[in-house]
Amino acid sequence: MNWTTVADVVAAVFLILGSFLVFSAGVGLNRFPDVLFRLHAVTKPQVLGLLGAMAALALRIRSGSSVWMLVLVALFALITAPVSAHMVSRAAIRTGQMDRGALVADELADDIKAAQSNLAEHAAEEAAAAVAAAASSDVAGGSSKPGAAGESGVRGSGAKAGDIT
Amino acid sequence: MTAVVWICGVLLSAGAVLSVYRIWAGPGMVDRAAALDLLTATLIAGIAVEAAVARRTDTIPIMLAVALLGFLGSITISRFAAREPESERRILTPAEARIADELRRAKAERDSEEGEE
Repeated sequence: MNWTTVADVVAAVFLILGSFLVFSAGVGLNRFPDVLFRLHAVTKPQVLGLLGAMAALALRIRSGSSVWMLVLVALFALITAPVSAHMVSRAAIRTGQMDRGALVADELADDIKAAQSNLAEHAAEEAAAAVAAAASSDVAGGSSKPGAAGESGVRGSGAKAGDIT
Repeated sequence: MTAVVWICGVLLSAGAVLSVYRIWAGPGMVDRAAALDLLTATLIAGIAVEAAVARRTDTIPIMLAVALLGFLGSITISRFAAREPESERRILTPAEARIADELRRAKAERDSEEGEE
């Protein structure tokens, strides 16, 4: 039993392992109820399965330059998988295509609430300043309407607070 | 080696079918992006299995290109994902479409009556 046979056997094991991991990612994609759960179940086995397939291919080919190309593919999968998973989950949260109630801990909700109350305070200060400015110009004999200025300021702040996520 | 190819082929095909099912079922665009990501990974793994069996090296650049394409695809989808109403996330059956139409018409009538008052 020489080392090429051993390499072939190890490659076969890696191939089956990688294929099984990709298959399990497919199962996880259909088993879980919400986007974030599915992303969690998909991203990790997918990358590990790809690494297994690349390792198997490297063990079968056993030539320098091709193996380096395979390392490149594996490295690329390792770098891009977290980025794309992050972008997809970010889009899920931003477009509201997820079930907030299914989360055990929703840390983003606390941050959003804090940011919105900050914005509301800021907007209230701005509105007060606008009303004060309008009143002073009114006193000075200007023809501006203080009520309108205050209202528009409040409405603008409302739109701003709603936009955050 | 034949047995290994069969096992890998069955597992990868099952994974591909499952991800295609998720692309079909949705319900949101982001689910489809995730499933598309998995589908490209399955494609790369399938090419790798074939290359490992035949000991060929000329398909390795294809794997690199498919990996790049899948990454760009999911990034693009999630970057331009728009807020979409619940009812428009999948293609409705004719009966469902009729019901949705009637609801919309009733709502429009109600709104116009309120406007007149």
